[in-house]
Amino acid sequence: MDITVNILLTIATAATPLLIAAIGELVVERSGVLNLGVEGMMIMGAVGGFGAGYLTGSPWIGLLAAIIVGALFSLLFAVMTLSLATNQVATGLSLTLLGLGLSGMIGTSFVGQPGVRLPNLDIPGVSSIPVVGKLIFGQDPVFYISIALTAAVMWFLFRTRTGLTLRSIGDSHTSAHALGIKVIRYRYLAVIFGGACAGLAGGHLSLVYTPQWVENMSAGRGWIALALVVFASWRPWRVLAGAYIFGAVWIGQLHAQAFGIPVPSQFLSSLPYLATIVVLVLISRNKRLTMMNTPASLGQPFVPDR
Amino acid sequence: MMRIELVKRPQRSALFSVLSPFIAFALTIIAGGIMFALLGVNPLDAFNIYFIQPVSEVWQLHELAIKAAPLILIAVGLSVCYKANIWNIGAEGQFIFGAIFGSIIPVLFPQFEGPLVIPLMLLLGMVGGAFYASIPAFLKTRFSTNEILTSLMLVYVAQLFLDWLVRGPWRDPQGHGFPQTIQFSDSATLPQLMPDAGRANWGFVFALVAAVAIWLMMSRMLKGFEVRVLGSSPRAGRFAGFGFNRMVFFSFLLSGALAGLAGISEVSGAIGQLQPVISPGYGFTAIIVAFLGRLNPLGIVAAGLVLALTYLGGEAVQSALGISDKVARVFQGMLLFFVLGCDTLIHYRIRLIGMALMKPDAAKLDAAPKLEEAR
Repeated sequence: MDITVNILLTIATAATPLLIAAIGELVVERSGVLNLGVEGMMIMGAVGGFGAGYLTGSPWIGLLAAIIVGALFSLLFAVMTLSLATNQVATGLSLTLLGLGLSGMIGTSFVGQPGVRLPNLDIPGVSSIPVVGKLIFGQDPVFYISIALTAAVMWFLFRTRTGLTLRSIGDSHTSAHALGIKVIRYRYLAVIFGGACAGLAGGHLSLVYTPQWVENMSAGRGWIALALVVFASWRPWRVLAGAYIFGAVWIGQLHAQAFGIPVPSQFLSSLPYLATIVVLVLISRNKRLTMMNTPASLGQPFVPDR
Repeated sequence: MMRIELVKRPQRSALFSVLSPFIAFALTIIAGGIMFALLGVNPLDAFNIYFIQPVSEVWQLHELAIKAAPLILIAVGLSVCYKANIWNIGAEGQFIFGAIFGSIIPVLFPQFEGPLVIPLMLLLGMVGGAFYASIPAFLKTRFSTNEILTSLMLVYVAQLFLDWLVRGPWRDPQGHGFPQTIQFSDSATLPQLMPDAGRANWGFVFALVAAVAIWLMMSRMLKGFEVRVLGSSPRAGRFAGFGFNRMVFFSFLLSGALAGLAGISEVSGAIGQLQPVISPGYGFTAIIVAFLGRLNPLGIVAAGLVLALTYLGGEAVQSALGISDKVARVFQGMLLFFVLGCDTLIHYRIRLIGMALMKPDAAKLDAAPKLEEAR
């Protein structure tokens, strides 16, 4: 029983950064913007979070710093694609490349330093209830944030007027503009929200998952988060399911390596990436479903006519 | 509070088409200077070490050519993809698979020698790169799977596969347990151009030939026209009878083959064996090269040399000033940002508007009487 609980806990820890980053990107893409810089924002959040936590000794300040760094970094993308109408694919790529380089440079002095870890939730009496106590009341704080965030985004997108407006911009920015909606302003806020989420996801990596700084520690999670959004056909609860499936794959291959299964470790390590491809193929096979769900103006630059 | 407003130019500005890479480079230098100052280094000293000293002697120019060759080869192929609006960003993986396929002969058949070895290796390298690129192309055409994500995921898979090969079945039994294959024999080594002057090998010549060939294709041949039409308007392309799926395969196979050629040239010419890591991110840096060269093969040659210099400069500041060589990555990322930003100038005029001027009430009051008159 204990082993099962522990495996479930590690799956949740592996799924949390994927979930947060993907939920952020989902909002961005629902507004019609494709930000391929998730990996870059995530790694910047990771280095910013680790640095602030390491220098101040407080993991909470670290987490806050991760969010702020991610949001500021995404602002760069927002100015380029929204104000200067640059190609979103190329700009997102350059955000990732810049983030990987910049984080490596900033993090040089952090390599090998002991980090600080966010403490798990511990409610006296409740968290020690067998099985349920640990799973529901004994996880790290970011786990609870990720679940709350998913619920909040679900409510925001499908139950509020502002969410409806955001989705309408994603489906047709020209019509939205004609109705007097401030397309660019909405998109700025969406992109910054996505950046804050990616930063938080990165902070989770360097403050909870492995409380230290390792170069390129995001290891493609930002890209997997992007794939999750497609997999989920832009629906928050499916992102939640997808993130946990991927968390399970990620943890599964680690456990398989530890148990000494006679398969080269490199093959097991490549499973999450191969799984991403397989899942993308399965979901995009159904062209009608994809067409119906993809925000219609996704990735197209918008320059308001005056 | 200022606001940026874009005004569409009636036609693309010829002036800024030429100027924009230079403006971007100048802005990168300024931002880089600020970065060096923040790191506590005199920017002028740093620039001297970064951009001037690495290319002040002949043998160093050879090193520049070694670094530029894979960048140009890959970027020229990518430029065709990007012109067609097809996003192959997995060139790093295709580079690795080219290197692996090409190494089959020297690693598994080391007794096979003679003048045929190198051409066969190069051919196998191109086949390997094209094969690996055909996977995302197939998935895109058959299942309409997003090629950006699949080609990128395959990079991680390729890196792990190479890692397994050189630690497992292909490891040199006499290599004292180091994760590497046997050293390639002389007949499996790409010859140097001028062995007396420096290390530059035939890879650089391949890069120049590829650039000229693709330039001819894009500007003088029907295929190049097809690429441009499908890239700017898929609908118009369909009316002209150009197949989009065929174009996906064509551009992926072409760019994959060139990346594979770059991979085997690098391994056979510059490294001499397979190792767990054979590329300092050439496949990703080549994306920057392609855009800095404005997706024009001849511009890409110049851009490739510039980006090669950022690698050499990064190594130079690391040894001279003790700054992390990640500085190179930062320079490359900033350069791409500024290039993309400056390209806006080609299509748009940029106006800065103060908030005071655009109070909505004032605008409405102004417009209302005119509306009345119009009625």
